[in-house]
Amino acid sequence: MKEANLDRRDFLTKSSVGLAGLAIAPGMLLFDLAHARDLAHAPVLNEPVSNKVRWGMLIDNNKCESGCTDCVTACNTENGLSGGTKPTDSQWIRKVQLKDTLTGHVSSLPMMCQHCEHPPCVDVCPTQASFKRADGIVLVDKHICIGCRYCIMACPYKARSFVHEVLTDQKPDVPRGKGTVEACTFCVQRVDKGETTACAEACTKAGHNAILFGDLNDPESDISKRIRTVASTQVRADLGLNTGIRYEGI
Amino acid sequence: MKTGIRLTAFFFSVLIATAVYAAEEPQIPHLDIGKGGQCVEDPQLMRKNHMLLLMHQRNETMYEGIHGKYSIVDCVNCHASTKTNSVLGSNEAFCQGCHVYAAVKLDCFECHSNKRSVTAEASK
Repeated sequence: MKEANLDRRDFLTKSSVGLAGLAIAPGMLLFDLAHARDLAHAPVLNEPVSNKVRWGMLIDNNKCESGCTDCVTACNTENGLSGGTKPTDSQWIRKVQLKDTLTGHVSSLPMMCQHCEHPPCVDVCPTQASFKRADGIVLVDKHICIGCRYCIMACPYKARSFVHEVLTDQKPDVPRGKGTVEACTFCVQRVDKGETTACAEACTKAGHNAILFGDLNDPESDISKRIRTVASTQVRADLGLNTGIRYEGI
Repeated sequence: MKTGIRLTAFFFSVLIATAVYAAEEPQIPHLDIGKGGQCVEDPQLMRKNHMLLLMHQRNETMYEGIHGKYSIVDCVNCHASTKTNSVLGSNEAFCQGCHVYAAVKLDCFECHSNKRSVTAEASK
């Protein structure tokens, strides 16, 4: 019966450790809860977005199928785009063919707004309609967009479109109108509800899993783990825009 | 003769009364308002201030992602006509009816959807 015969010193040591534990535990618990709330991106529709989150995307060029346009179709359906490819039609995401002229290797990848950390479209906008949300999503405030199209000129990725004609039957969550510039919104209406983007969902559904959407600031998110372990690049990284979209295998 | 004058006077007073009554009849627009009554605020407050609430909400939603109480989608979902599912299209429609009456230009729906969204119907 060793427990029963504790001498005074032993007793004091053990009990003080226990007491310290009791004293620290509630604090730790509170810290954990507070911390957990920051990390878990539960859809909080009535709280402002914060820069603790940075939405980003990793596109695996090796998994992207050449003839497949499921991401484009899903984007058009989600956002109510016509799907036309004329110069006057809005295209928020395009499939781009790449050919290595030395080896003849052809691959394709989806190209859209890269949601830069330092977006040139925001820099040039004369009415501040083009803006970056705290969580890194680059958007157009169409209420104050005057349709000057400077941002279209400034974008190195050719990601923005201008609405030339009167539109009808827009999606309730995706307002679009004549005389304004628009581009990929990272499906902000879905992201705010805690869902992933339409293109990523479609790609997963098609079984390619080439598009991974997530929070670049959360070290435990799938996308952060992936970009930590494999080499990925930004398109035109030389411009120093720190794009939110990264490509793997280009 | 006296009766004649009295009769004429009575006749005119009736005419004037009718005219006054007709003028006082308020010519308010008769709206097909889908769901009536109080939604997010008192109806009188909404009549007067809905544009301010919407303006405030639009900035919060767009810049901060706060999908609050005064959402234009929710307006349409509740108040779109039960016949056409739209807040536009006739002078009985909720938005158009009042805006035509007040002669105020309504440009929300050049970009925003004027139709009740399917999700709202499903959730009913």
